[in-house]
Amino acid sequence: MIVLAFILLFTVAAILTVPFVPENKKGIITIAGVVLNAVFSSVLASQALFSENIIMSFYGGPVFKEIAIRIDPLSAWFILIMNFTVLTSIFYGTQYLKAYSQDSSKLTMHYVSFLLNHLAMIFIYIVQNTLAFLCFWEIMAVTTFVLVIFESHKMETLKAGINYLIQSHICILFIMLGFIWVNFKTGSFDFVAITQYSSSVQPALGFVLYMLFFIGFSFKAGFVPFHTWLPYAHPAAPAHVSGLMSGVIIKLGIYGIIRMLLLVQVNYVLVGTVILVISVISGIYGVMLAILQHNLKRLLAYHSIENIGIIGIGIGLGALGKGLGNHYLEFAGFAGALMHTLNHSLFKSLLFYAAGSVYQAAHILNVEKLGGIIKRMPQTAILFLLASVAICGLPPFNGFISEFLIYSGLFNAINISNHLSFTVLIILSIFGLVLIGGLALFCFTKAFGVAFLGAARSKYPEEMQEPNKMMLVPKWAIAFFIVAIGLFPQLFVGGASRVVSLFSGETLNFQPSPYYLTIMQKVGFASWTIILLAMVLYYVRKKITEKVISTSGPTWGCGYETASSKLQYTSGSFSRTYRNLVKPILRVVKHEERINSIVPGKANVETHVFDKVEYVIVDVPMRHLRGFIGRFKFLQNGSVQFYILYGVVFIFIVITIPFLIRAAYSLVDLFKQL
Amino acid sequence: MTSSLSLILIFISSLFFSGIVVRTKSIFSGRKGPGVFQPIKDILRLFKKGAVYSETSSFIFQIAPSIYFASIIMAILFIPFGNMPGLISFKGDFVFFAYALALGKFFMIIGAMDTGSSFEGMGAAREALYSMLVEPAFFILMGSLALFTGHTSFADIFASLHFGSHISYAIGVLATFVFIIIAMVENSRMPVDDPKTHLELTMIHEVMILDNSGFDLGLIMHAVNLKFAMYGAIIANFFLTPGYEWYFSIPIFIGAQVLFAIIVGTIESFEARFRMSHNSQFIFMLTSISLLIFLGVLLMLGKIV
Repeated sequence: MIVLAFILLFTVAAILTVPFVPENKKGIITIAGVVLNAVFSSVLASQALFSENIIMSFYGGPVFKEIAIRIDPLSAWFILIMNFTVLTSIFYGTQYLKAYSQDSSKLTMHYVSFLLNHLAMIFIYIVQNTLAFLCFWEIMAVTTFVLVIFESHKMETLKAGINYLIQSHICILFIMLGFIWVNFKTGSFDFVAITQYSSSVQPALGFVLYMLFFIGFSFKAGFVPFHTWLPYAHPAAPAHVSGLMSGVIIKLGIYGIIRMLLLVQVNYVLVGTVILVISVISGIYGVMLAILQHNLKRLLAYHSIENIGIIGIGIGLGALGKGLGNHYLEFAGFAGALMHTLNHSLFKSLLFYAAGSVYQAAHILNVEKLGGIIKRMPQTAILFLLASVAICGLPPFNGFISEFLIYSGLFNAINISNHLSFTVLIILSIFGLVLIGGLALFCFTKAFGVAFLGAARSKYPEEMQEPNKMMLVPKWAIAFFIVAIGLFPQLFVGGASRVVSLFSGETLNFQPSPYYLTIMQKVGFASWTIILLAMVLYYVRKKITEKVISTSGPTWGCGYETASSKLQYTSGSFSRTYRNLVKPILRVVKHEERINSIVPGKANVETHVFDKVEYVIVDVPMRHLRGFIGRFKFLQNGSVQFYILYGVVFIFIVITIPFLIRAAYSLVDLFKQL
Repeated sequence: MTSSLSLILIFISSLFFSGIVVRTKSIFSGRKGPGVFQPIKDILRLFKKGAVYSETSSFIFQIAPSIYFASIIMAILFIPFGNMPGLISFKGDFVFFAYALALGKFFMIIGAMDTGSSFEGMGAAREALYSMLVEPAFFILMGSLALFTGHTSFADIFASLHFGSHISYAIGVLATFVFIIIAMVENSRMPVDDPKTHLELTMIHEVMILDNSGFDLGLIMHAVNLKFAMYGAIIANFFLTPGYEWYFSIPIFIGAQVLFAIIVGTIESFEARFRMSHNSQFIFMLTSISLLIFLGVLLMLGKIV
């Protein structure tokens, strides 16, 4: 209790100080506030994760009534993940924002929102009172909006921000519907009421209730088809906010989905199947679109959808395992999902920070115009490479660990049911996950190869170089964990197993945990082996090639001598064959001016890829809605007299409604008497 | 000691594998052809040579071949021999196997992109696309075998594959077929890619390594041999006798490798390379064959009535 009071106090103190200090101090105050909040909340979280749950409650007035605060391992897991990324984000962000130091008011807004956002996220994870939860959720949504529109002078950024704001309120709408439903039936705001209510009604109602929550939280998490805000908001935000959003804020949705799975008593097999199908589709669709993006940050944003899909596959498997009573499947699924939540928050934030550094140095985010950055910014390039290997789920880094858990779940699941449809579902999920992996590899070899390697495709600023040390330190800290999880997976999966035990109920006698931990140990050993093998081989190569003469020359151009950076393969050409393959599924628009005459004129090709789901679900209905509302345009004629008339008419109608109703009743009575 | 048997045998087979392929091809085309150990001699010569590095390239280009080679050795460590597990074996090890190979590919692809050459970019793009398309076939096949045997590691699967009924023979043959094609695609061989072609525009693997020379080129060339021998070992595992009778197993293993090499040579002699645009369809077809195997397994287990 005191700790929470401290957290509130720190935030308020920092928020009150930030506006009144000079620009260069604002960042330091914010860092201080965030660090203190992170440390205090992490202490609570570690206690919950490693020893016992923290349960308390206080009276929140006549509206909120009793506000329950419970920190269990699930909350703790998410708090710890969140705190780490928030810390790296603010350390990186204060450096990133130095370029905008002349704009005092914007900085103040930004830092205040950042502090509030952190506070709101901590409380989202710990309060178990529906009304308080919604309040914090709203604070989080609005402050994120402010964080996103930092560069509000750009029209695009504002549009993306408003798109985000609207969609996050649709998300709140769905969650609220669920909460109101429960509150209406039970009269309680406590989360426990959800369990009580759902176990007392028919399974079908429980399923509908869960689906309300699932759809609501899916907007936040970015499952297809609720993902459309994500690819706009991420590129528009400053890099540290993009990293924060992708790494942590969309994970609030994942938290919600898992939390509700714990609370709502529902047919787990059915729910698991639904989640699994949606997740596989999200994963494949996200990465399919990601490959064809030219904007580096947009590409990463689509990858978030893919990774949310992978997390969802884990959750779906876990739910199936719970429904079928198979603890091994349950463990592999949930632990895989939780580990991937952690892993994704690490490598995705690192990728966004690295992309942000590239943007600040080169002022370009279009992959087609980058190239050869590795020579100017080797550390940034190595970090980006590390995160790319990790996000593709390749050993020896962390991405592999979570994907491996999910794979083991899937391969275990093949055997556990006698239903043909179940086995087919699992094999199709395996197919989906493999395809996601392959496409991710395709995407990141393209992104890294085109943007960081080869020769520069445009003229960079003279002073382009590695960002300062303060900006690199948080990135290396993330990189450290990426490698550590890959090499010592058993430690981290051990932590996740505490969370999974919430589902299985039994904490002491939980069999799958040691079973998977030994496998994890062996996976860690294999990761060590591959690193050692590569190092030994490279050492041998170095020893042998030292003795022979090595020279350097221009790249072999198959006889063509005057190589130019324009001759390089671009991101568009890299993905050309792939683009032709997926044309039926995505909306590819190509503008082409060919050379037709003998004397070559100007020629150009432009390809744009659009999201078909967005087109069908958002664009077309919006167009119809606009057409419909357009019919009432005559009301908006601009003359004040009319507007006063509308007001008068409105007031008149409001006043007369009771009379009219009474008149209607008496009329009905009259008819009855007749 | 016994668990390193497969590693040693794969290394030995890799020494003569390409030689047999080349020899088969030369016999079919009516030439005398080089000796069986000529390819490995070429590689040894390459190891001693100096290298030319492109000025455009960075250190990525230099580390890529080593990581590629290491990833293949890593993959080989998982291969069992009969019912002796490989050096590293755990439940779900074939996931690590496939992903370790993918790691090597990742580095080869970015290594090619590092030179800034349009040709190598082309090869890289094709390699990335085709390896992505071939992956599902492997996983669905392993999924079917996992369903069939109830185990999820290479060693357990191969140890408990028993050849009782007729359908299980059919599955073995189909699986072998899929593995042969996977090996051909992964090594960029005939119906998909022609290692002996002379036009860079029609190459996949060869055009990716245009700029590699000396020791690195040697590594890449021997990686192909190792990869072939590795897939040969997997195929041989389908036919190895259960038990520890090494005097049966080792000749069967070597025989399977030689037969596999001859099959590769034969395919290369009589097949023409596909048009690039047909490759994706062809590779994806593999997935449907593995789905067929999956259906066969379902049929055997009585899940489909």
